[in-house]
Amino acid sequence: MFSKEEIAQRIAKEIKDGYYVNLGIGIPTLVANYIPKGINVVLQSENGLLGMGPFPFEGEEDADLINAGKQTITTLPGSSIFDSAMSFGMIRAQKVDLTILGAMEVSENGDIANWKIPGKMVKGMGGAMDLVASAKNIIVAMQHINKAGESKLLPKCTLPLTGVKCIKKIVTELAVLDVLPEGGFKLLERAPGVSIEFIQQSTAGRLVVEGEIPEMRLD
Amino acid sequence: MINKVVSGAEEAIRDISDGATIMLGGFGLCGIPENCINALVKKQVKQLTCISNNAGVDDFGIGLMLKQRQVKKMISSYVGENAEFERQLLSGELEVDLIPQGTLATRCLAAGYGMPAIFTPAGVGTEVAEGKEIRNFNGKDYLMEYAFDADFAIVKAWKGDTAGNLIFRSTSRNFNPVMAMAGKITIAEVEELVEAGELDPDYIHTPGIYVHRIFQGKDYEKRIEQRTVRKSEV
Repeated sequence: MFSKEEIAQRIAKEIKDGYYVNLGIGIPTLVANYIPKGINVVLQSENGLLGMGPFPFEGEEDADLINAGKQTITTLPGSSIFDSAMSFGMIRAQKVDLTILGAMEVSENGDIANWKIPGKMVKGMGGAMDLVASAKNIIVAMQHINKAGESKLLPKCTLPLTGVKCIKKIVTELAVLDVLPEGGFKLLERAPGVSIEFIQQSTAGRLVVEGEIPEMRLD
Repeated sequence: MINKVVSGAEEAIRDISDGATIMLGGFGLCGIPENCINALVKKQVKQLTCISNNAGVDDFGIGLMLKQRQVKKMISSYVGENAEFERQLLSGELEVDLIPQGTLATRCLAAGYGMPAIFTPAGVGTEVAEGKEIRNFNGKDYLMEYAFDADFAIVKAWKGDTAGNLIFRSTSRNFNPVMAMAGKITIAEVEELVEAGELDPDYIHTPGIYVHRIFQGKDYEKRIEQRTVRKSEV
């Protein structure tokens, strides 16, 4: 079974040279730590920055320079700053190549829910609805099963939706899966030591298993 | 040159009264108009509709206004950092309209650009779309969202001049320029106010035509929500 860091590491392998990438809060933020050497990517932070750098050195924090998770960060050579409307303009216009975000639930037709648990948790959607509605390439980083052992990959989402038919790839602690255009989770890779049977048990939605399923590799 | 300068936050917000709709710039606690928020808290103006991406934290920013129950309705995209907000929302004391962040920004932009509405795919097929007009362009559905209509916009800039021109610094720019364009009356508080002519016209982010009142703020706390650092390299 993969740790959160290993999920991030696996997703980082999907990033190609020259990509502009938006990373959501949580596991997606960790992806920045694993971008392969020799690959040039520009990270977009939707509060208005292209070219997000690492955290500042102690004592060099700047209250005016934060990412979308409100963490203090730095800029890099080539960075640019812009307002919130332009930030979502470039997202809507599909200038951002890849969006990586977390989810509470994903359904077998590619719907995603990640912003609200009625009566319990109302934090808001932030930029997630804009991102999933417009991004041409979205990878979801999520836990396959919740703390109670219940699947979060469902036939149909039970929570209020963030977007419909928009998710194409999912990386969890158990597996890498594609969402098929006709519906269903196609198993592509399994985490080391995890059996297909266990992934099947942990997936409430339709799981499609065809041929040999290799173990995920991080190198 | 039209002089836009007022003495301070109290004078700038003098005619904001109960029931007003106000926009407040900032993302999290970054780039929020601290001086005007404090003045609104002191003035005890109530029944406000606030349009702001976030709602501050419990003891800072818009959180201070929430604590005093000055806010009737919040229009925001993300309110996760504020326990009092969540309490008032779940108990039904506070009316809340949660909308996608890009929709929020673009509804400001539309107001400042004189356009009545926008079409965005954000929220199609979700509860955000309920009751809204949907139009299909080139095979894809879009929601019609109206331009905001706000009595006041309150923004924070880094530098400004007496003509109302504004320059923002780093990511504290965020919603400030688009909200500055969107208010019927726009109030700008700045860290440094200079004479007209001292700022290079090529580097102005918000032209003074959008700004009605400007003053140099004081005692900025600039609180950091998530202080994240790495160890210095030896």
